[in-house]
Amino acid sequence: MKFPTIKSESLITGIIKITGYSAIIFVGLIFYFLISEGLPAITKVPFSEFLKTRWYPIEDYFGILPMLVGSFIVTVGALIIAVPIGLLTAIYISEVASRRTKEFLKPLVELLGGFPSVVLGFLGLLILSQYLREILNLPTGLSALTGALILAGIAIPAIVSISEDALDAVPKSYRDASLALGATEWQTIWWVTLPAAKSGVLTAIMLGIGRAIGETMVVLMVTGNAPMMPKGLATFFNPTRTMTATIAAEMGEVANGSTHYNVLFFIGIVLFVIALIVNVTASTFVFRRKKRSERILS
Amino acid sequence: MKSRTSAERRNTTQRIGFIFLRIVAIIAVLPIIAIIAIIVYKGASAISWEFITGFPSNGMRSGGIWPAIVGTFFLTMGCAILVTPVGIGAAVYLAEYAPDNRWTQSIRIAIINLAGIPSVVYGLFGLGLFVIFLNLGISIVAGAFTLAIMTLPVIITTTEEALRAVPQSFRVVSISLGATQWQTVRRIVLPQALPGMITGVILGLERAAGETAPILFTAAVFYLPQLPSSALDPTMALPYHLYVISTQVPGMEPEIQYGTALVLLAFVLGMNLLATVVRSRARARRQW
Repeated sequence: MKFPTIKSESLITGIIKITGYSAIIFVGLIFYFLISEGLPAITKVPFSEFLKTRWYPIEDYFGILPMLVGSFIVTVGALIIAVPIGLLTAIYISEVASRRTKEFLKPLVELLGGFPSVVLGFLGLLILSQYLREILNLPTGLSALTGALILAGIAIPAIVSISEDALDAVPKSYRDASLALGATEWQTIWWVTLPAAKSGVLTAIMLGIGRAIGETMVVLMVTGNAPMMPKGLATFFNPTRTMTATIAAEMGEVANGSTHYNVLFFIGIVLFVIALIVNVTASTFVFRRKKRSERILS
Repeated sequence: MKSRTSAERRNTTQRIGFIFLRIVAIIAVLPIIAIIAIIVYKGASAISWEFITGFPSNGMRSGGIWPAIVGTFFLTMGCAILVTPVGIGAAVYLAEYAPDNRWTQSIRIAIINLAGIPSVVYGLFGLGLFVIFLNLGISIVAGAFTLAIMTLPVIITTTEEALRAVPQSFRVVSISLGATQWQTVRRIVLPQALPGMITGVILGLERAAGETAPILFTAAVFYLPQLPSSALDPTMALPYHLYVISTQVPGMEPEIQYGTALVLLAFVLGMNLLATVVRSRARARRQW
């Protein structure tokens, strides 16, 4: 549908167009400020220093490797828990549950996604970490595992919600064809519906990764915040520290323009780039699916 | 009758499989109910008129949380005022005006990226741009700007969805009656999409109200003896206050901590409920 161009509306059209481009402007601004405050870190601290394992800013040790690994461990731990639970819950909601159960379950799970992360961190600190310390007989309940468990709770709603949408979008004719060929509903789920929804499920998992790696308050409150290099499997039961928690814990106490300040912004750049990669990957799954379906239809 | 036994076996697999799926779904949902139950159970006894309307005293260990409630209200309102016009404008552009080309594609990629940026990175950005570069200092306005940019992608996405749900035929009729594009948008599309847009804005603000990381270095302070008197003052805020009293203050009464968590949760879930009510009422009334 084409509207005629009208001169008297050029002002309002122009305003709407500018707001339309606001997202690009803000991404650009964010990137610019991270670079302008973070890049001086590279000139002040030799790059090889970042890859060392000691973080002790007061004495100019700026090894961010322990935090990089810490973020990685906590995120992987969260995904090991969240992906199976989230995906199976999505399958249950979309394929098995009755209509009424579905209308009750999905909003409930999405409600968890709306919980302020500081509330979850608070409960992790007061309740979960105490239980874990007693059950697993640890010196402290503040560990990578505690963080991973709560991050899983934050990733699950994203995974459930988007995977369920993807499963729901699979045409009913696919399932009907499978059932008509004699497959059970169970077989149809695993051999027809889930493969057909694959790209949406991958998007869901990527967004879950994004939620987990970018989460700040939970990890700040429950992982113990010790910037130590992980060793072996015991890592999960030791305190750890993520990039996000480092920024949150230390930015309030540094002088503007100091090396420490620049390095914290540099960590921000690292997080920004990781988020960029995760989200662009997630969206390419969706875009690719579109192209494939277009190919089939044409 | 070999085929029949194989069919029976498949049915057994299916039955066990479905039970397994149901158990996993219960595992996923149980913590949500438990969280709400625990916070309500342990926090309800702290709630009193003095707790809601009083100032913290004795180094936060007693008294109320009024300045934190007021601060979160101001930050959320400030965020709403800043983000709503831009978010709706952007959604109108994408749904009604934007041509299907590379530029529009890059706007969409930018929105996806904005939505994915970690909240603490928004905090860094807000510190760099609003607090230091624009010299607003640690203030409500700096925090509200930071939260506004963070909620922008949520509001654009939900509002665009609401606009796209308005049937194309409405626009066709409008243009055939000689209306211009802006007249069509303003008089036909926007009023029809209003409930969906309100729902989207509330859900975006719900996120802003509960976030801590973006206001850590841009707006929030530990303690204030009086309420902020202008938008350029720093403020206390509920999520930050909960963080402070659960990690920074030794010897806190758990009752006060749970009470604060309950007020925050009620604030956020109340907004969620409001959004749900707006949506379902509009859906019931809708004639298309």
